[in-house]
Amino acid sequence: MVDRLLGRPRDGETPQPMDPKAAVWRQVQLARNINRPRTLEFLRAIADEVVELHGDRGFGDDPAIVAGFARIEGRRIAFVGQQKGADTEENIRRNFGMPHPEGYRKSMRVMELAERFALPIVTFVDVPGAHPGPESEERGIADAIARSIGLMSRLRTPIIAIITGEGGSGGALAIAVGDVVIALENAVYSVISPEGCAAILWRTADEAPTAALAMRMSAQEQLKLGVIDRVVPEPGEGAHAEPAETARRLRAVIIEQLDHLSAIGLDELVAARYRRYRAFGPYTETTAPAVAPPPSRGLADRLRDLLDPGRWSGPTPLPGQSRRDEPPEPEEV
Amino acid sequence: MPIKLPSFRPRKDAYPPDLWTKCPSCSEMLFNKQLDKADRVCPRCGHHFRLSASARLALLLDEGTFEELDAGLQSVDPLGFVDQKPYPDRIAAAQLATGMRDAAVRGVGRIDGRPVSICVMDFGFMGGSMGAVVGEKVTRAAEEALESRIPLIVVSASGGARMQEGTLALMQLVKTCAALERLRVARVPFVSVMSDPTTGGVFASYAVLGDVNLAEPNALIGFAGARVSAGTIAQELPPGFQRSEFLFAHGFIDRVVPRTELRAEIAAILRFMRPGDDGRQAESRGFFDPIGFLSSLADKVVPDLGPADGIDAAPQEAINREAANREAARNGGRKRGTARRDAEPGRG
Repeated sequence: MVDRLLGRPRDGETPQPMDPKAAVWRQVQLARNINRPRTLEFLRAIADEVVELHGDRGFGDDPAIVAGFARIEGRRIAFVGQQKGADTEENIRRNFGMPHPEGYRKSMRVMELAERFALPIVTFVDVPGAHPGPESEERGIADAIARSIGLMSRLRTPIIAIITGEGGSGGALAIAVGDVVIALENAVYSVISPEGCAAILWRTADEAPTAALAMRMSAQEQLKLGVIDRVVPEPGEGAHAEPAETARRLRAVIIEQLDHLSAIGLDELVAARYRRYRAFGPYTETTAPAVAPPPSRGLADRLRDLLDPGRWSGPTPLPGQSRRDEPPEPEEV
Repeated sequence: MPIKLPSFRPRKDAYPPDLWTKCPSCSEMLFNKQLDKADRVCPRCGHHFRLSASARLALLLDEGTFEELDAGLQSVDPLGFVDQKPYPDRIAAAQLATGMRDAAVRGVGRIDGRPVSICVMDFGFMGGSMGAVVGEKVTRAAEEALESRIPLIVVSASGGARMQEGTLALMQLVKTCAALERLRVARVPFVSVMSDPTTGGVFASYAVLGDVNLAEPNALIGFAGARVSAGTIAQELPPGFQRSEFLFAHGFIDRVVPRTELRAEIAAILRFMRPGDDGRQAESRGFFDPIGFLSSLADKVVPDLGPADGIDAAPQEAINREAANREAARNGGRKRGTARRDAEPGRG
């Protein structure tokens, strides 16, 4: 178990012929690896100067999200990122990197500063999901996420989003809207945690690896879907084993993207960002007539059913037709 | 071999499911036809049952004014997703059961004579989950509102993003929020109505972003499903957690409105929030034309207003037309009033 958490392959395991389910699950474990570098670790390695800013000016400061200014080879940037803990103690303080609404509001505040002072934004995404507790709901986690997404869709400054570890649903997306979305090789990105997906669709969390495969959540698959624009390879065993080399590779990509995006006019940049997200999600358009619902049955049938409830003569009731007010099935986190 | 005695007492769960409904709140047995007539609100305790998209549209819009748009949009299976059933099979089953193509219906209609762009969700179709089609319909409804400068109304009923479409469903959050940002900048009003349930990615995108947020009583509204909350953090949930009244108490909903009053409330709100038109007010599909009224009034009050004052922002062709009219006016006829009305950006 410890091995799995640390992402070490177990003894005797040959890395070459791995079945796809095991491979994606290994990647999920690597993305969650506790030794994986986090936002501040990356910045310390990448940037020459870092100034962290605190507080959302409304409620408090959320340690699960860090934000501020940094300088990378003379380029001034604003950064935002989730920050998991390096050990249990820090994890408790940082709420395992699961932000509350005030975290996203702090992030929005810094991003607005960035827009005003013409600083490009670099975000580091590594989050299991936004904090799902009552405090979060009371302070409007959905509101904070939706507003952050809306803000990032129109900010007049370049945005580079980097999925460094777990890209967990809305909590990740709230800071992952960008002109370019980059992922580290062992990162994952999904609409719901594989455990949550399995619990809903397979009725057991044990099927999490199956769900992970079905959702195609690995960075490589997300690249194919176009959700991610670029995958940065990790050295050796992964980012947790060689954080310095990972940071060096990331730095080169960030500098390249900063220079590339800064050359684009702001109007064109924001328009292109809108187009990028406007195009997501394939559908077909058909002119065929609407699907006919099953015909309603006549009075005679109903009377027969009433008189002889055991003998049901009608069609088997379809799930959607059920008139009972069942408790809702949350489809997503 | 056991002998099976015939039972003459009809078992409760053997009632034909399409005839009676048991109210989950007060356990009253309700005759479905009467329930439908009461907009699916329990006449005894006021419990709000879920409403299908078509019933919702009939409830909110002026009779016969709804015109459905983009009815042909249909989901595809971008991931090749198979859980216990392949995703295309799930769609087909839901289509057969509901007669809908996907979980949302969009179009234009009128509320109290006022044109609106409206998108309504239906929980009956795969839990109202948002995939590419729902995202596209909401976005197109917003774009329609922006283009025609008419208010946008979205009625949500959804468990959240559709897992079977993976991160592409997640991207619908950005697509819809970005379209709403444009609406906001353009000062076109957006009224979000949340019905039971509005959770997950739908709540955390367009549903929560209404200029005015309305909710039906006791609707489940929240970000994380209650099971997730309870499972992830071993913590007692407060009573009424994630219900309309809870969100109202915490300031995320403007008004909790019973279904029977919903239409009147929306109409009242829309009377205050009219789509802005660069500082001027304009009715897009005018019954009452304040611009025309004001300009004809201006003509009476300031008959000698120089033509240059009025045409700064007018499009070139209008300027030309006005010049022609001025020519005509000099020739004796007093036609400037019409010319000025023409000079306003056309929003007929």
